[in-house]
Amino acid sequence: MKRTMIQIGPIFAALRRHKMATLLIVLQIALTLAVVSNALFVVKTRVVHLSRPSGTDEAHLFAINNQWIGEPDLPHIDAQIRADVVTLRQLPGVRDAFASQAYPLESGGGGLVFIKHRVEQTTTAQLALSYFADEHALSTFGTTLVAGRNFRADEIGSLGPYDKPAPAAIIITRHLADKLFPDGAAVVGQHVYLDDAHASTIIGVVDCLEGSYAGSSTRSIDEDTVLLPARYTSPDESMVYLVRVQPGQMDALLRTAPAALMAQNRMRLISPEDGVVTLAQARAKGYATDRGVAIMMAAVCVLLLLATAGGIVGLSSFWVGQRRRSIGVRRALGATRGDILRYFQTENALIVGIGVALGVALGIAGNLSLMTHYELPRMPLWVLGVGALLLWALGQLAVLGPARRAAAVPPVEATRSV
Amino acid sequence: MPCGHGVLRYYGSLAWRSVHRSKALTALIVLLMGCGVATCMVTFAVFRAASADPIPWKSGQLFAPQIDNYGPLHNWKGEPPNMLSYTDAVALLHAKQARRQVLIYASKWTVMPEDAQRLPSSQEGDAVSHDFFAMFDAPFRYGGGWSASDDEQRAAVVVISSALNQKLFGGTDSVGREIILDAHAYRIVGVLDDWDPKPRFFDVSSAWFPFSHPRQVYLPFSRAIDLQKAASTNFFCSANAPSPDLPTWDSILRSECVWITAWVELPTQADVVHYREWLRNYAAEQQRLGRFDWPPYVRLSDVRQWLDLPLNGVVPKASALSMIVSFSFLLICLVNVVGLMLARFMRRAPEIGVRRALGASRGAICGQFLTEAAAIGLAGGVLGLLLTAIGMAGIGHVFEPEIARLATLDASLLSLTILVAVATTMIAALYPTWRAAQVQPAWQLKSNG
Repeated sequence: MKRTMIQIGPIFAALRRHKMATLLIVLQIALTLAVVSNALFVVKTRVVHLSRPSGTDEAHLFAINNQWIGEPDLPHIDAQIRADVVTLRQLPGVRDAFASQAYPLESGGGGLVFIKHRVEQTTTAQLALSYFADEHALSTFGTTLVAGRNFRADEIGSLGPYDKPAPAAIIITRHLADKLFPDGAAVVGQHVYLDDAHASTIIGVVDCLEGSYAGSSTRSIDEDTVLLPARYTSPDESMVYLVRVQPGQMDALLRTAPAALMAQNRMRLISPEDGVVTLAQARAKGYATDRGVAIMMAAVCVLLLLATAGGIVGLSSFWVGQRRRSIGVRRALGATRGDILRYFQTENALIVGIGVALGVALGIAGNLSLMTHYELPRMPLWVLGVGALLLWALGQLAVLGPARRAAAVPPVEATRSV
Repeated sequence: MPCGHGVLRYYGSLAWRSVHRSKALTALIVLLMGCGVATCMVTFAVFRAASADPIPWKSGQLFAPQIDNYGPLHNWKGEPPNMLSYTDAVALLHAKQARRQVLIYASKWTVMPEDAQRLPSSQEGDAVSHDFFAMFDAPFRYGGGWSASDDEQRAAVVVISSALNQKLFGGTDSVGREIILDAHAYRIVGVLDDWDPKPRFFDVSSAWFPFSHPRQVYLPFSRAIDLQKAASTNFFCSANAPSPDLPTWDSILRSECVWITAWVELPTQADVVHYREWLRNYAAEQQRLGRFDWPPYVRLSDVRQWLDLPLNGVVPKASALSMIVSFSFLLICLVNVVGLMLARFMRRAPEIGVRRALGASRGAICGQFLTEAAAIGLAGGVLGLLLTAIGMAGIGHVFEPEIARLATLDASLLSLTILVAVATTMIAALYPTWRAAQVQPAWQLKSNG
């Protein structure tokens, strides 16, 4: 340690003679740290985002997009939906099924609801995402109640295109319950308002269930979901049947389920291209951008670190080449190989250290400006710490080769000319 | 040196010799430039595709008006909504204050085939007023648009895309024939040529998906309203309040919910000024009438400005983000190259000293080293081109496939790659060259002596 400390004075003296080259390495380390830490942070947020659970039995779920044709009237649609879910539930291999207007990981489709505690409330209402559901919804999703009870069959209403959803009973996710009632009061039995006229009672709380927008962007309400006990009857808009299958039955049911619906009634349209979607496909599609961005950022990080390492190797080799004579003199005056090696390593550690200090400032500035333009949270300091450590290790590794060549310079070099 | 060419050839041979002498350093610089330029070009190609001007000959004359009918309490981050309520849209259409005005909203239609054996299909379309086709220069293969009187009479007419015409009629002239949309018969008055502007700017606010889901049917706005055809995609009533009770179609038309995009054609600057003034007066009138209890807040955006609006979000955020990252990458590569160039040039200080002692001027030294930098830049550009081509093959995995498909390696991108590589390498070489030119002939000779 002492032998290392002793070198610092001469290192600064030497660096003063190479101001520009030193400055370039410092600048490069600083920029690399700023970019790499921000890029790694983006990778981390994307990976966290795309690996969130949807709260459902994704592997065994698929959705059928159904569009009515011939403008049937609402009672007919309602009757048809009731018949359809019975047909689906009776198919061999089907565990359960229900009708809704959207499905998890769809990247769209779901309804937005604003929830108020009181009608006269003037503060901003709580935004949430909704699914239409019935008493089979929970067992189809595969999500579990943590409090309260499921819907009863007699609570399921019929909702036309002009009706506002304001049911007497709703089920919400735990995430939403925590936002609505942050003080930890008992949630089941509480009244809230989805419109300005009717109170809805929270009858149950489920563990976790993502809304249908998950995947489209880093929305903050992806886990704030409301289940509304209703069949959605609209002659214009398409609706969705969600089907949960027994293990191993997926492939067969992807064909037989839509066929069974068509056999029930042909006045419907199930697109041959994208009418039937498994949740696995929906996840891959919904998170394609997140995955892409993560891959690209990671690739750029690797390239950037390689480039920086290359730069350090190049400049260090040049310095070693320039100082062969001085190294020879030092060796002749009694410096050991280890001293020379340590000299270059200390020099590198110092330069990288200065670069890192500058890079931390740049990295924070970069994060702050990204925060204003992209929905990125504040970068925790440990990301910069990891980046700094990575760069420091990289610098030591990169300088090792040139430093060893320097240590190999024989003392006799002192007697030679340049 | 007899003439310019000879000088360049001499510098070229010097450069070649020095490349031979410091292979590793040169290779490293070329590699860095190649990687830096290639990442920039790939992300730039995607960004360029996503932010392209879809109607360059007219984008400065087409304007989308916005009127804040939500008010400061209910709009989104102080932005006026990017669509209009029915009330405002129709007022704007009837005011006829522009050369042309068009109303648009996205809708989905079920097309029933004539042949009962074939399956019906769902087609995406736009309900538009009759000026639409002339305003956006939509090319027709057969027939044409409908007239103002068709709009007034709420005529059952339709213009279909060439793709739908191919599917239903095998590509033959189907003008005058009928198709069934949602259980009603429509007379085909026109078949469009292949027309799919990217991004599809005109209905981006009401339909989403500016790069996919091309429209297949266009029918009169007035007719769709009569049929109580709801907007298929976007319909917003407030940025933060529960939606109002809308028990009937009439209540939707009277509500402050927004779902209609308007476009106006304003050929001259004077027209723009006039229209902006009219729009403000309209909002002021609404305030006087007590409909708005806030001062007029209106906006008129041309096509480019419209596509840049955060509410429309046409350019994917991932694309802009990756541009920032890749340009930082190029910057870091350049800083690196400055350092390596410095090492490369200073290693040759003795050679410079000899050349200077033999009478080469500072300018000659500069010329030599800049030529060398240009040559290295060119090599980096060629490598960059290769890497860009590889990158372009893989961008479908990173960006939305429908946008990635639009990004192509064309002649302009090709030349830009080479240009950026050579120019940036030469800029990076400026300081090292200046340093090289400072080498004193006498000092070098002495220390070598």
